[in-house]
Amino acid sequence: MRDNPLIALLIVFIPLSLLSIGGGPSILAGIQNAVSSRHWMSEHDFIDLFAIARAAPGPGVLLATLVGWKVAGIPGAIVASLALFVPSSLVYYAIARQWSAHRGKRWHSALELGLAPVAAGLILAGSLVILRASGGDPLLWAIAAASTAVLLWAPKLNPLWVLGVAGVVAVVVG
Amino acid sequence: MRAEPATPARVSLLAILGVFAKIGLMSFGGALSGWMHREIVLRRQWMDEADFLSGLALGQIMPGANVANLSLYIGQRLRGGIGAVVALVGMLLPPMIVVLVLGILYDRVAGILWLHRFIDGVAAAAIGLTIMVGIRASRRVERRLGPVTILLLLFFTVGVLRWPMVPVVICVTPASLLLAWLSEERHDA
Repeated sequence: MRDNPLIALLIVFIPLSLLSIGGGPSILAGIQNAVSSRHWMSEHDFIDLFAIARAAPGPGVLLATLVGWKVAGIPGAIVASLALFVPSSLVYYAIARQWSAHRGKRWHSALELGLAPVAAGLILAGSLVILRASGGDPLLWAIAAASTAVLLWAPKLNPLWVLGVAGVVAVVVG
Repeated sequence: MRAEPATPARVSLLAILGVFAKIGLMSFGGALSGWMHREIVLRRQWMDEADFLSGLALGQIMPGANVANLSLYIGQRLRGGIGAVVALVGMLLPPMIVVLVLGILYDRVAGILWLHRFIDGVAAAAIGLTIMVGIRASRRVERRLGPVTILLLLFFTVGVLRWPMVPVVICVTPASLLLAWLSEERHDA
């Protein structure tokens, strides 16, 4: 049964869904780890899918949809998407109904304070994992560093511009 | 006669689907919460500012993509469970189709070298975008020993040592929540 790719997608994405604390970017390391340990695709293909999901509309974690598609075609895309979005949505829905009614309660701030460092640590870890997986090309590392700086410096800038310029720079310089 | 803002007219499911599909498709490059605020709170006044911000805050800390959670929250407020489902589907399904079409196109152009370089550049910038999100998330972490240790521990084990994320997070998260709970107790005292 473990050989069935659809089941494998469920096994990978349901736990990640429930642990995507703070949002999609926090499970990048987990997705990369699953993809490489299960040999679902080459490191390079994975990085390209990551780029496509980021540049397309919708949350970047639609990367899961693309991984599912790469593993098992359209059924894979559907299964991976459901596995990623349904479990976290159920949890969120259950909690959201209690949230506003208990504003200012102690578990409220404990939840906020306790989950913030988990989310931040995971997102930074995911960045490092993806950066390493992208290979050792100094140009690409320089683009990543420059993009980080530009986006921190100009938070209102639509990141799509940065992605586009970075693509052109890679073509022209590389 | 002024309309009573506390009991707005019932919003149709079709209207919810339409608005969320529009936001989902126009959300190139992120910044979706800004879009949603403009469409839901300012333009349509489906929800007040405080309610929106409360849902946004919760969606940002809980598991799940922030925009997915915020869609569920707004949909639920407008039309209950069915509203939540409609908002989520409207927000995610159109971008999903776009992303799949792009993925299929990407497979077709496997031989074009410059296009690969272009995508490599986009990927590098997308990594920069993720680092930026991580830095911003770090700024929200309390500057105290406990939370900072949790942050560094996760970065080191999952990022540097590349331990599998799932068991690490299952162990570390309850500890972090407990620490936060205990520190709240000290604040209360």
